[in-house]
Amino acid sequence: MAAQEQAIDPIHQFNIERLAHFNVGGVDASFTNASVFMIVVTALVSLLMLAGTSQRSLVPSRMQAAAEMAYEFVAGTVRGSIGHEGMRFFPLVFSLFMFVLFSNMLGLVPYTFTVTSQIIVTFAFAAIVIGTVIVYGVVRNGAHFLHLFVPSGVPALLMPFIVLIEIISFISRPVSLSVRLFANMLAGHITLKVFGGFVALMLGAGGFAAFLAPLPMAAIVLLTAFELLVAVLQAYVFAILTCVYLNDAIHPGH
Amino acid sequence: MANDNSGHTTGTQVPGAAGHADVFPPFDANNFAPQLVWLALTFGALYLLMSKIALPRVAGILDARSTKISSELDSAKHIQTQAAEAGRVYEQVLSDGKAHAQTLTQNTQNQMTIESDAKRRALEAELNAKLVAAEKQIAGIRDSAMANVEDIARGAASAIVKQLTGKSPDDDSVAKAVSAARQG
Repeated sequence: MAAQEQAIDPIHQFNIERLAHFNVGGVDASFTNASVFMIVVTALVSLLMLAGTSQRSLVPSRMQAAAEMAYEFVAGTVRGSIGHEGMRFFPLVFSLFMFVLFSNMLGLVPYTFTVTSQIIVTFAFAAIVIGTVIVYGVVRNGAHFLHLFVPSGVPALLMPFIVLIEIISFISRPVSLSVRLFANMLAGHITLKVFGGFVALMLGAGGFAAFLAPLPMAAIVLLTAFELLVAVLQAYVFAILTCVYLNDAIHPGH
Repeated sequence: MANDNSGHTTGTQVPGAAGHADVFPPFDANNFAPQLVWLALTFGALYLLMSKIALPRVAGILDARSTKISSELDSAKHIQTQAAEAGRVYEQVLSDGKAHAQTLTQNTQNQMTIESDAKRRALEAELNAKLVAAEKQIAGIRDSAMANVEDIARGAASAIVKQLTGKSPDDDSVAKAVSAARQG
């Protein structure tokens, strides 16, 4: 009974399993299933970007072409939304994009763990982005960075109201950035799992229900294609919003 | 799962209960620290690998390619101008050759004209000389023939006179009479 319950429990896939216990200075640094997939994602991205480009061919191999495409895609996004000056953040945006993209894609493979379905992971990414925005914005622009909250051309009467809205908007950025990715991954995987559970339950029930079991199976096929789109799209959204926020750090005056 | 966790977590979960029932796993604060630690390690490693090795390498590859392409295009352009120059030289040589050939033909023709003129003139002069000599010869022959005619006339006249008169006239009067008759 427990095994069957586990098989159709849509939340089970998000559980963190501690595979090895570590405690470093009072901090729980246990090696978990999430750690495994973080390492796998890092290894896959590194494989693409390092092994793929090791030949340095003038005429690229397939893998080198893929690595170059990833490079030029992210570089184009950064240049397009921040400008040439934004290329200093290119490694950060690229690493974020590739890590999120590979996490999302890898998570679609059955029996894998989706690193980005954990709010703490997506929030950590958002914190890195917003932290970079604040630190770089203040270092570069000093007090002028506060112009981010004071748009020009606003009537004095409305100014306090607008400033309040801008501040709330700025504070909500890391929240929206992290929750968007987390919720998309979570919801997609729960939906897939629920439909998968339907198939198992209907087949188990037998009779007419078992006859209808291929229907949720077909839905899973369609949803998997849709989740593939969401996986890529959310990685792109994360990268482009990172660029938009970093743009504020460089050009705070709107 | 829950049973695995319950032994090691710090106590927010109720041991023995289904773990997911009381805390939704992604919101379980006990799981935050290990994930943050390993995310810092892995993402840090990824960032270092990308920023220090992979991205400069790809940038180098793309840069080398664009440099190669532009240098190839430059050299192609250079070769094209060289080819155009060679073509121009070829045209020049060709037209020079044509002009040279034309002057050569012209000169040869002129030379031949001059030579044939000279030959013709020499031939004409020779022929004229021959003609003159022939005319002179003809005139000499005619003169001598004429002289013979006078002698014959004189002889005939003196013979006629001798027949008519029976006496032979003296030569002087016969000669006079013959030349008078020829004059008249």
